[in-house]
Order: sequence, then structure tokens, then C-alpha cells
Amino acid sequence: MKKKPKTPYKEFLLQGNEAIVEGALRAGCRFFAGYPITPATEIAEAMSVKLPQVGGTYIQMEDEIASMAAVIGASLAGVKSMTATSGPGFSLMQENLGFAIMAEVPCVIVDAMRGGPSTGLPTSPSQSDVMQARWGTHGDHPIIALCPSTVRECYDLTIKAFNLSEKFRNPVIILVDEVVAHMREKITIFEDEEVEIFNRIKPNMPPEWYIPYVDTPSGVPPMANFGEGYRYHVTGLTHDIRGFPTSRPDEIDPFIRRLFRKISQHFSELQFGEFYETDDADITIIAYGCVARSAKRAAIDARQKGLKVGMLKLNTLWPFMRTAVEKVLNTSKIVIVPEMNMGQISREVKRVNKGSTKIFTINKVDGTIITPQEILARIKEVG
Amino acid sequence: MPEITKLIHKYLRHDKKFPHVWCPGCGIGIMLGALIRAIDRCGFTKDEIVLVSGIGCTGRLPVYVDFNTLHTTHGRALAFATGIKLANPKLKVIVVMGDGDAVAIGGNHFIHAARRNIDLTAIILNNSIYGMTGGQYSPTTPYGMKTTTSSYIHIEQAFNISELAVTAGAPFVGRGTVYHAKLLDSLMEKAFLKKGFAVVEVISHCHTQFGKLNKMGGAVEMMQWQKDHAVTVEKAATMSEEELKGKFKIGVLVDKELPVYLDEYEKIRQMAMSKKEK
Ligand SMILES: Cc1ncc(C[n+]2csc(CCOP(=O)(O)OP(=O)(O)O)c2C)c(N)n1
Ligand code: SF4
Ligand SMILES: [Mg+2]
Repeated sequence: MKKKPKTPYKEFLLQGNEAIVEGALRAGCRFFAGYPITPATEIAEAMSVKLPQVGGTYIQMEDEIASMAAVIGASLAGVKSMTATSGPGFSLMQENLGFAIMAEVPCVIVDAMRGGPSTGLPTSPSQSDVMQARWGTHGDHPIIALCPSTVRECYDLTIKAFNLSEKFRNPVIILVDEVVAHMREKITIFEDEEVEIFNRIKPNMPPEWYIPYVDTPSGVPPMANFGEGYRYHVTGLTHDIRGFPTSRPDEIDPFIRRLFRKISQHFSELQFGEFYETDDADITIIAYGCVARSAKRAAIDARQKGLKVGMLKLNTLWPFMRTAVEKVLNTSKIVIVPEMNMGQISREVKRVNKGSTKIFTINKVDGTIITPQEILARIKEVG
Repeated sequence: MPEITKLIHKYLRHDKKFPHVWCPGCGIGIMLGALIRAIDRCGFTKDEIVLVSGIGCTGRLPVYVDFNTLHTTHGRALAFATGIKLANPKLKVIVVMGDGDAVAIGGNHFIHAARRNIDLTAIILNNSIYGMTGGQYSPTTPYGMKTTTSSYIHIEQAFNISELAVTAGAPFVGRGTVYHAKLLDSLMEKAFLKKGFAVVEVISHCHTQFGKLNKMGGAVEMMQWQKDHAVTVEKAATMSEEELKGKFKIGVLVDKELPVYLDEYEKIRQMAMSKKEK
């Protein structure tokens, strides 16, 4: 047989949502459970077509509570799993999102943000779920949330989301806004592109020695899948290192602290973003999602007018990119945080600020995107 | 130790978890015995069993047994189980729930699981009350009874769990009681061997809450009540509606063949793969 010439790359015109699907499949996702909701529905539709092609499984559950539950179940049985939703469904997922954190079950949740509260603005963009991603489920807990602003980032960050969830045994949230979810851009995927794929670390000791929730140097215990001979107990109750419910203070405290530590001690591995012309900037815009696109344009235009403006784009929203933000706070006189909510990330920026930098916000909550002109106008106003 | 006790011990987790949380005389222990005996009789290995539960006194059951065990959130056990079964069809997934768990907060998941016909066994311990939270009314609390949240009188009509399962499309539905222990063993065995969604409703007692509030006596008297009010399906067929008033049927209520989800999904995979090749 003659070998076909190898195409070095493929170009796709993809929607953000479609790129998320491609990224998920590339990362090894083989299970999707969801419930349709705008603007995330395309993810479910594409998954229902593509997963059975690769031997995976798609199921439409009766609601988002069940979707999240099924995703956790599938992951416990050893299959990389995800779901996708928008604000109203994300609210319903919070209960079992907490379970996944407590039981340390890897999984990926996409929240394509639309305006809220409640049913809100089904087809309009928003960035108002940033804090729901952080604190939506009850109890003290760590979380990882990533935020793409281009179609290519949808692909890359989804792969990262799976890797991080497997590595840290924690749910990872992809917060995409309606603009990026529905926008089409060309993306180039090289066939021999080296993509790092991380799979959960499994126990290598005999089953009788396996301690499912033991502390390790990384803070992440090895994870056995159901059916592999390591019979253990998984519960949403606070548990001891064997997984059994406990109410002993000396067991509860180290457990909750380990959950936090497994994320915090790997902080530097979780920081994704971009410094754009920030080194000499008097004014730095800190932005994320679709707004980062406008912010970059505004920075370019401002530079042309002779103003020293830069941008810090946040691709990681949680854990908050404190060191990157500190860096621009130290070098800029003014920081502007434009976001499509009443100030969810700007509040974090203010928390990091030591008082020397002036922080201004742009808060848009009318269901339309923040434009470069609006950012430029704010730059002129405060600069 | 008698053989039957030895058999139970073979499946218990001895390393940490005893004494258990249940009140002396509770029916949940009898159900656990039936579950273990039926699993043993079916010949499943411990490794292939996944025992899933929700929240409640009944939900505490999995922690005591040496299988893959998953104690989920209140009402959601069937949805977790759905993910497990679809991800690894080789596993035998058994779900235990309380009545509140299964048909109040989990009612939506329950009817949809029955409709979908995924190969799962759902065992529901119906004690007509929320045991764990201290005796509030549940969707199966009968009209006219007392609970801590219906201390005047209960004014709602009760769900009939088995009939609900039948109507929702479950291909196997059986009902037993913790008094009729042998029948319970055989119902569970049949349910485990059934291909498709199988439901076993287990009528039990919560003498410490429901029994006390309604002056029904202790565990023994409440089991006597089960004996007096249960009628086998076979006997019921010979009785008039008048005679059946106030009684409930026990035995296999439905056993039929329906397309099973995973077999059907395999067809979708074939279609999807051939489409991809084109
Ligand atoms: C979301 C949620 N709501 C309420 C509770 C409190 N709660 C725990 S068990 C329970 C009822 C249990 O009743 P049932 O399912 O009949 O089980 P039983 O204890 O009778 O076996 C409730 C309401 C909870 N754990 N989670
Ligand atoms: S409260 Fe009722 S259901 Fe719960 S263990 Fe006690 S007797 Fe059993
Ligand atoms: Mg109950």
C-alpha cells in the first residue's frame, strides 16, 4: 500500500464551542452528559455526533443536576468526562460540583456565560458567573477556572482543563462568554502537534495497601477507578484518609487543608495569560474573555496615539493570577479593569493592590460587549 | 458462627466502620442481609459490584460492605449510577435509596431512569418517612398519619412507588417487605439478573419515628403490620377489590422485555462510525 503524503496541518473555521469539543476529544474525553441551554448547546450537539464515532458516550440527562452527577459517575469509572451549560444550568450543577471537589473526582464543566440573574439574557454575552465559579457551591473549597478569549484558546484551554483536572483530581471550569462561544475563527491544528496529555495517577501498590485519600508530597492521592480491584468508599461526607466518614477534628482539618494545598502549592503551574506591552505601560488594562480582545485593540490604538498602554490578559481566573496582577500594579500608574459584570475581577485586583496604583473599572451589564472605543474613552478620561 | 452469618461477614468491611448508625430493630439491616445473600447467589465478584446510594439512613448502607461504594448527594444516586454504567458497562451497578431520596428530591431522576432502561438495579427502602432528619413526612407518608412536620395530620396523598416505576416504564418491578425476608432475597436476585432497569421496593419500618408518632408500637409490631397487610401477587389475583382495600401486593409486579439502553447505544456507535468512514 502506498503511503498517503502526510498533511502537516489542518485548518478549520470553528466556533468557540466547536473548538472546545475538539479540544476535549483531543484530551481524551469520552463521556458527555448535559442538558441543552443557549449559548452552550452546540457543545452538546457536536458531542452527540462525535463521541459515538470514537467509542465514547453522549447522554442527555433530565436536568443539569443529573448531568453533573453522571459526569462524576463516569469519571469514577475511569472515563474522562465533561458537561457544558450556561448560568441557569451552572446554578443547578453547584450541588454536585461540590461533591466532585469533596470526593476529588476529575471532570470538566463549561459555563458559556450569558446575562443573569435567573433566566436573564439567553442569547447575550456576559461575564457575570466569575464569582459563581469561585464560590457557587457551598463550603470552603479550591477551584480552577480558565477563560478563553479566542477560538484557539478554547481548544488549548480545554486540553489544559482536562490535564489539570486529572492531575489535581479537582473539577476544572471553563468560563467562556457568549461572544467567544459563538464566534468563528480560523484555527490551525498540526497533525503531529505535540500535545501534552495528562492522565490521572493510578495506585501501583497492591489493593490491600491502597489508602484512597492519603496525603502525598503533591497533595494529590493516586486514584483507582471503580472495577480495577481497589474497592474503596467514595462519599460527599467529610472523610478520613480511607474515605470513610469522620467527625474527628484531627482528621477533618488536615483533609480540608490538603484540598487547598494541592492547588495552592502548584500555583505557578496554573497561571495562563498574556502580558501585552506592559513593561513600560503607564496604563495597563486587565481583561479576560471577549473583553480582552477589545482591550488589546484599545492598547494598540492608544500606542499609536502615543499613549503608553498595555494589557494583561487573564486566561486563568481561579486561582486568581495574583503574581501577574501584582507585577503590572507595580509598574503601572493606572490599571483599568473592564468587565461585563458589576466588578467581579476588579474587586480581586483591588485586593491585591497595595494602594499605590489607581484602579478604574468599566462595568457593562446591558448584554453588549465592551468595545475598544469605550476602553479608549476611559483611558482618556482617567489617564 | 452459623453459615448464613459467615456469608454476611464475608462481604462486610471489618476494618473500621462498626458499630453502624442504624437504630436497633431497624429494617435496613434486614434489607442489607437480603442484598448480600442475593449478590452471593448471583455469583458476582466484589470487584464488579458498584453499590451507589443517596442520603438518608438507607443511604448509609454502602459504607459497610466491601464493594466499590459510592455515597452520593440526596436524590441523585441514580444519575451518578447512570454515568458509571455507561462508562463501564461491565460493572454491576446497584443503587439503594430511601423513599424521600428516590421519589421526593430524586423523583425526576427516578422516572427518567425507569424510562431510559439502563441496566441498573434500584432498591428503594420505603419506611414512609424521612428517617435520618428525624421523622418528617415523605411522599410515601399515607394520608392521615402523623410526622414531625404533619403533627396535626398529613393531608397529602402518597405515592405508590412500585406503580410509579411501572408507569414510568421500568421493565422489572418487585415489591417485598423486611418481614418477608425470603421473598426479598428472591426479588433481589431476580432484579440483579434482569437485563435493564429493575426496581425493588422494600416496605420497611421506622419504629423510632413513624411508629412512635403513630402509636404503631416497636419494630416487632410494625413487622407484624407488614405481615398482616401484605398480599402476594398470586393471592391478590383471587381477591376482590373490596378485599384488597388497605392491603398492598408483594412479589413480582412486572417483568417484561424492553430494548436496553446500552445495546441501543451500541447501534448508534456503529452508525456513527460508518458515517465517519464515508
Ligand atoms: C439537598 C439536601 N436536602 C436535604 C437534606 C437533608 N436530608 C438528609 S436525609 C433526608 C431524608 C431522608 O429520607 P429518606 O430518603 O426517606 O431516607 P431514610 O432516612 O428514611 O432512610 C433529608 C431531607 C440533604 N442531605 N440534602
Ligand atoms: S431513624 Fe428510622 S430508618 Fe433511621 S435507622 Fe432509626 S429506625 Fe431506621
Ligand atoms: Mg424514608
